[in-house]
Amino acid sequence: MDSIIKTEKLEFSYFGAADSEPKTVLKGLDIEIEKGTFVAVLGHNGSGKSTLAKHFNAILLPEGGRVLVCGADTSDEELIIEIRRRVGMVFQNPDNQIVATVVEEDVAFAPENLGYPSDEIRRRVDEALKMVGMYEYRSHAPHLLSGGQKQRIAIAGVLAMEPECVVFDEPTAMLDPRGRESIVNVVRNLRDKLGVTVVLITHHMDEAVYADRIVVMSGGEFILDGAPRDVFMDDVTLRRAGLDVPETTALIHALREDGLELPLSALTIEECADAIFAALQPKSEKYKNEKE
Amino acid sequence: MLKDITLGQFFPGNTVVHRLDPRMKLVLTLIYITALFLAQGLFGYALMLGVLITCLALSRISPKTVLRGLRPVLFIILVTVILNVFFITGETILFEYRFIVITQEGLLTAAFMASRLLMLIVGTFLLTYTTSPIALTDGLEQMLSPLKKIRLPIHELAMMMSIALRFIPTLIEETDKIMSAQKARGADFDSGGLIKRAKAILPLIIPLFISAFRRADELATAMESRCYHGGEGRTRMKVLKSAPRDYMALLFGAVVIATVVLLRAAG
Repeated sequence: MDSIIKTEKLEFSYFGAADSEPKTVLKGLDIEIEKGTFVAVLGHNGSGKSTLAKHFNAILLPEGGRVLVCGADTSDEELIIEIRRRVGMVFQNPDNQIVATVVEEDVAFAPENLGYPSDEIRRRVDEALKMVGMYEYRSHAPHLLSGGQKQRIAIAGVLAMEPECVVFDEPTAMLDPRGRESIVNVVRNLRDKLGVTVVLITHHMDEAVYADRIVVMSGGEFILDGAPRDVFMDDVTLRRAGLDVPETTALIHALREDGLELPLSALTIEECADAIFAALQPKSEKYKNEKE
Repeated sequence: MLKDITLGQFFPGNTVVHRLDPRMKLVLTLIYITALFLAQGLFGYALMLGVLITCLALSRISPKTVLRGLRPVLFIILVTVILNVFFITGETILFEYRFIVITQEGLLTAAFMASRLLMLIVGTFLLTYTTSPIALTDGLEQMLSPLKKIRLPIHELAMMMSIALRFIPTLIEETDKIMSAQKARGADFDSGGLIKRAKAILPLIIPLFISAFRRADELATAMESRCYHGGEGRTRMKVLKSAPRDYMALLFGAVVIATVVLLRAAG
């Protein structure tokens, strides 16, 4: 499959106070993100995951190595707008991403920057707002909406560029549980319905279970990379990276230790419930048989 | 308490006044202000008052709203009236007591000045009451865009203005939050003299500034991520178009200013 984002020996460091040593944040990372996949990047605070994300659309440029977006080098000034159109980014704080005082004007911001004609902008804005379920709010003032609604507006603002890939940098960190749920649903829909490649940066394990692939970062390096069930099996490495396994996996581990036969592949709450139900089923039938 | 700030307050509606092209409204407001300063004598003022009342009626803005908007400027008007009453010298003396002299001319000038100021303020209120801040900045940007040729950063100014408008409610909310947090730890914003109060504001300003800078940084990154690269090559979703009603309004404005000039010449 084609890769949409590819990093080669990516290095980056921040300069702190004048005389202090620069802090290396990314230590020669190689990663390839395939088209149409949902990749979750997990890591504790300071693991470098946000810094990595900012390299995906040329907000930060690598100090060593290079980043390729659809084959184009992000350090190429001429291609920067096209790179940013293809790889959209949604940030943590919804308030600090909204530019306009009316919802639809804000969603129109990116296509206006790209210079599309007015009826094309209208079409994109309407489609993007319908996709995130905020079409009825198109003439509202954003500051009167809830956090989850604002974040959906921010997502619509990115979708209006019709990107091939959307990078979410901890999009639920400032939201209440209900807002979180609505954002997770939108994120899943992007991949399932629009076929957009999704990169989700998060430290919420339960959001990562929906991904096709999980990459775990710690101290500027990748320490785990694989399908969710393989990554969550390695709870020792996860804990070392300062992360917990999802509650469902923790429950299944605990039940397995107590001798209940459960598959480790059940990750979402539904799968987990079904697996436990199925594991309990034969026993109750046996119990019934004994009674008879 | 901070929520009451009426800065460029906009009342959405669907009247003729609301639907006018914002550029035309800006032009008409300028015409109105010019006419107001040219108006002379009772007839001139009566005409302007008639124009103002007609526009207010057309826009369906309630008189209560207008009066509430006037409250903060009442003091300025009062000062103008007092100054005019006591310091304009004239021939017809109505009242004299030691150094206080009130003349007929003084009273008349005061009355004209006060009504001119009132009409000026209410007239410009009408602009912000019936035009959304976005439409207003868009209109300004388009009207001033010829100045881009002499390298004035018109697009940047308009963008700054609309972002400022966008962040006013956010920053007010934040100020409220910081105030509550400080009050919870015993800060006192409401008592003491001017200096004491100004000192109490300082611990409010600093966190507000820090957060405003952080917000600005994040907003800039988000705008860049959405392909913002200045005004060059940028298009708009809502293109301003002049309708017949805009030209009708302009005609009306021209008639008003012509009448005012004629009245002045005749008087």
